[in-house]
Amino acid sequence: MIEIDITKKFFSAQGEFTLELKLNIKRGEFISLFGQSGAGKTTLLRCLAGLEKPDAGLIKVNGVTWFDSQSGVMLKAQLRHAGYMFQDYALFPNMSIRGNLEFALRPNARRDRVTELIELMGLGDLQQRKPDTLSGGQKQRVALARALAAEPDMLLLDEPFSALDHATRVRLQDEVMRLQRHFGLTTVMVSHDISEVYKLSQRVMVIEQGRILKQGTPADVFKSGQTNSKAGSGGKFSFAGEVLEIETADVVFAVTLLVGNQVVRVIATADEAKNLQQGDRVMLMSKAFNPVLVPVGAT
Amino acid sequence: MGYDLQPLFLTFKLAAITTFILCVVGIPFAYWMAYTKVRIKPVLETLVSMPLVLPPSVLGFYLLLAFSPQSAFGHFVETYIGVKLAFSFAGLVVASVIFSFPFLVHPVQSGFQSLPRSLLEAACTLGKSRWQTFVHVLLPNIKPALLAGVVLSFAHTIGEFGVVMMIGGNLPGETKVAAIAIYDEVESLNYDAANFYALVLFSVCFLILLTVYLLNRKMIMKVA
Repeated sequence: MIEIDITKKFFSAQGEFTLELKLNIKRGEFISLFGQSGAGKTTLLRCLAGLEKPDAGLIKVNGVTWFDSQSGVMLKAQLRHAGYMFQDYALFPNMSIRGNLEFALRPNARRDRVTELIELMGLGDLQQRKPDTLSGGQKQRVALARALAAEPDMLLLDEPFSALDHATRVRLQDEVMRLQRHFGLTTVMVSHDISEVYKLSQRVMVIEQGRILKQGTPADVFKSGQTNSKAGSGGKFSFAGEVLEIETADVVFAVTLLVGNQVVRVIATADEAKNLQQGDRVMLMSKAFNPVLVPVGAT
Repeated sequence: MGYDLQPLFLTFKLAAITTFILCVVGIPFAYWMAYTKVRIKPVLETLVSMPLVLPPSVLGFYLLLAFSPQSAFGHFVETYIGVKLAFSFAGLVVASVIFSFPFLVHPVQSGFQSLPRSLLEAACTLGKSRWQTFVHVLLPNIKPALLAGVVLSFAHTIGEFGVVMMIGGNLPGETKVAAIAIYDEVESLNYDAANFYALVLFSVCFLILLTVYLLNRKMIMKVA
């Protein structure tokens, strides 16, 4: 159980904000921090990892105080056992992939933990290579493996998939989900990708200008508020998408959307279309009266 | 005709000892400078860079005053450590360390600063101490900068003249380095001997710098 109640002044592109966050995270939970860049998500993650110090407040993990401004406690990052995955992966360029993992081991760890992780993550062929020779997806897998090599008590992911192409992203999301369940790790992920949040997290907090705007399951958070009540809970299918183009065709509008890696064109009413702009993130919902199911894969 | 090789030996001995001391003192200092947030950092940076712009005679003059047994510092060192600094090899070493300080600190400091901060932070979250991070992560990743710093300070010490002139004088085997010997020989119209020393210094410095540039190119190609 992680209890967080902190304030911190921070600067972003939109100006100066005060981060004011109060939240609890249950053991083994996968929680997402969702919001625009500059909202304070990464700052919260860094405070949790011990890389930044809140101005005031309290962070308590499983009964142990990590930070308490009143008694002046600030547990060093080295002692927090928080596996942090950096946006730029932060692999050590001078070490091989295996070297990166071995460096991360705790002093009394079994050496074969590295071999196990290399097998688990399918890094066998890469283990002697240097990080600079890997693709983004491969680096990401190494970064994850390295974080796990240190036997973390929690996993902190800072926009882990943002630099990857769609196919790699989906594959690695599956991998993260599998490993998170496998190790039962409490995980906090920063993301501004709705589909990712939907897929991975049990709970999502929407953070805006340093405050929690709303929280709940991804389904609750993204459906309410973003749609009118008519569509509300009736939508059987919902997909996160991005508006690529809006065309007028007499009385209706044709909106071209990017959903996952598919481009779809849907009809929108004038009411709906007037709130939309190119590049907007939207939820696409449909009542499936007449779905067609075609099996794929196994033949 | 045989030339006296002692000034050359003395020069390289001075450069080697100076570079060694600079590494021990300068690399940790550069590390500290790269990451510190103390308010007086600009003042420190200025002080470190002063030898780059000051005439060596200015530095030499003040060092001479400081090293003199009549001064508090010179007296202290001579009485309690038992080392005479003025007109001695030990004094040359101290002066060279100060004078070549920026040549080591600048490249190494910017080497540290050019590393992504996340490398340091990653090592932190993996539970590694500052020392482990310094030795296993930071230093190996700034090898080109380290090489540049070491070689530049070595070469610069070889090329030092003004400071040595001011505080070392011209004692054979003690403070008469090659740069001084050249001046000395020219004054006594021994152009052959002057040419010998000059040629050796020229060739050695050329070779050292060439090696650095070649190595750096190889390292950059390896990364790319």
